[in-house]
Amino acid sequence: MDLKSLTIDAARNAVQTRATTALALAEEHYARIKQEDGQIGAFLTLSKERALEQADRIDRMAAEGKTLPPLGAVPVGIKDVMSTRGVRTTAGSKILKKYIPPYDCTAVARMESAGAVVLGKMNCDEFAMGSSNENSGYHSVRNPRDLSRVPGGSSGGSAAAVAADMAVVTLGSDTGGSIRQPASFCGVVGLMPTYGRVSRYGLIAFASSLDHIGPLAKTVKDAAIVLRTIAGRDPMDPTSADLPVPDYVAELNKPVRGMKLGLAKEYFGDGLDEQVRQAVETAVDKLKRLGCEIVPVSLPHTAYAVPTYYLIATAEASSNLARYDGVRYSHRAHGVKTLSEMYRRSRDEGFGTEVKRRIMLGTYALSAGYYDAYYLKAQKVRTLLTRDFEEAFRKVDAIVTPTSPTAAFRLGEKSNDPLAMYLADIYTVTADLAGIPGISVPCGQTQEKLPIGLQILGKHFDEGTILRVAHAYEQA
Amino acid sequence: MKVTDRDVSYVAELANLELTPEERTAMLRDLNSILDYIDRLNELDTSKVPPMAQVSDRYGVDEGKQGSERFSYASREDILEGLRKSLPHEEALANAPDADGDFFRVPKVIER
Repeated sequence: MDLKSLTIDAARNAVQTRATTALALAEEHYARIKQEDGQIGAFLTLSKERALEQADRIDRMAAEGKTLPPLGAVPVGIKDVMSTRGVRTTAGSKILKKYIPPYDCTAVARMESAGAVVLGKMNCDEFAMGSSNENSGYHSVRNPRDLSRVPGGSSGGSAAAVAADMAVVTLGSDTGGSIRQPASFCGVVGLMPTYGRVSRYGLIAFASSLDHIGPLAKTVKDAAIVLRTIAGRDPMDPTSADLPVPDYVAELNKPVRGMKLGLAKEYFGDGLDEQVRQAVETAVDKLKRLGCEIVPVSLPHTAYAVPTYYLIATAEASSNLARYDGVRYSHRAHGVKTLSEMYRRSRDEGFGTEVKRRIMLGTYALSAGYYDAYYLKAQKVRTLLTRDFEEAFRKVDAIVTPTSPTAAFRLGEKSNDPLAMYLADIYTVTADLAGIPGISVPCGQTQEKLPIGLQILGKHFDEGTILRVAHAYEQA
Repeated sequence: MKVTDRDVSYVAELANLELTPEERTAMLRDLNSILDYIDRLNELDTSKVPPMAQVSDRYGVDEGKQGSERFSYASREDILEGLRKSLPHEEALANAPDADGDFFRVPKVIER
């Protein structure tokens, strides 16, 4: 079977009609991984036994003539920040090098209940902290579109695997742009749902008030199918919203004519690459031709989003990462004499540079004497950033922006300058802070043939609208 | 310079990190550079702005309800084995770097 551009429906239908089997489909993907992943590095762990067991289950269903579930036989990858029972889960960190979770992340369990075949765990920046995947505790991921470039981060492996046809769809996580930015760099679709739309149970926490799980896919429709599968209330995550889940796939074909789309000048200022600007402007023209009305909006506090994000995210991370103490499941240093020495040396050996930097920054921002000046201040600016969107969404149905100010940069280009790396998230972090959904959809490429992403932001719990706009754009 | 060598040592201690001398030097440089950038938040007057800690206390809930009432859907009775069975002893200890079959084992806790 040709894996290139293989979508969920195509894969499922091929097995349903017995043109192929789930087993063969999984094996073909493993063969592709063997052939391609040596140079890309998207996978950290393969879960072959689990995949083949599931494929066998699906094949028996198909043989009995039963209707396959929505993701039946579909080979998927899971970012290594999501727990998988019995399958090593590292979060890209050496501190969890040997961790075998005793339970499944809800999103993963829902994918498998819907028939998905989990091929393995995707490489990522350590604890999802990074924008290039160079912070993985294991190895960097290379962009399949240009191997000298980064795939983006932190869900770099998830994006690269879809772009290189090593999985039909993958799950990623987004705390400051970690689904949308790599999707944009690799030329695939990446969707961050509203905060609370998808349960975080079993997601290894980075910043709990900002963490989201969502799909990376080849098409907007595939992203909609996955969202429909994983969304909805989960009693194991009290922040998961108690709201009905719409049929996102049915939403796709509703018309976009007459829809109001906002353009914010704050997303087209200094630092935006000229080729990215042109591609996004061309995309906006196309949406206009589809009958959308373009309305100028203002998001005046945008310039304060990155500093706000790096205080809140690091403060929450410093607290969440305190659990890696070398006692219950994480790495423990050898030859330690006292408990406190054990904590310090285990964490020193297990955490990478960026993670330590963020723990330090977050601990500093929360420490006595600095809490009001930094952490509380950031929480207040978070309110202002959220109000910006509330105000804008009174006038428009969705907002269109570039996903990232540049196309994929080179490996090593920003790895020694944390601040330059943080600014790669300038167009994505605000949506995480406000909790609104966002999608990145490919919108052309640079002269060097690097993909460019168009970001569409929506109202809380209105994924249907941004999926619809993205789908109309993609199909036109 | 906002952050000093002493601050780095103090914060590292709070965070249970040791850090090599090279890491401390780099941390001093990076923290100061990041905090300089973060300082732009002071351009904003936030004296009358309430802090926002969470998204889910405002969106996707019944805003007509106040306080814990708003989250009544998320609460449940506190019963044994309510949502998930406790892990069997063996599984709970399986990832421990050191355990004796009943307990996690750690170095003697007498002094820091």
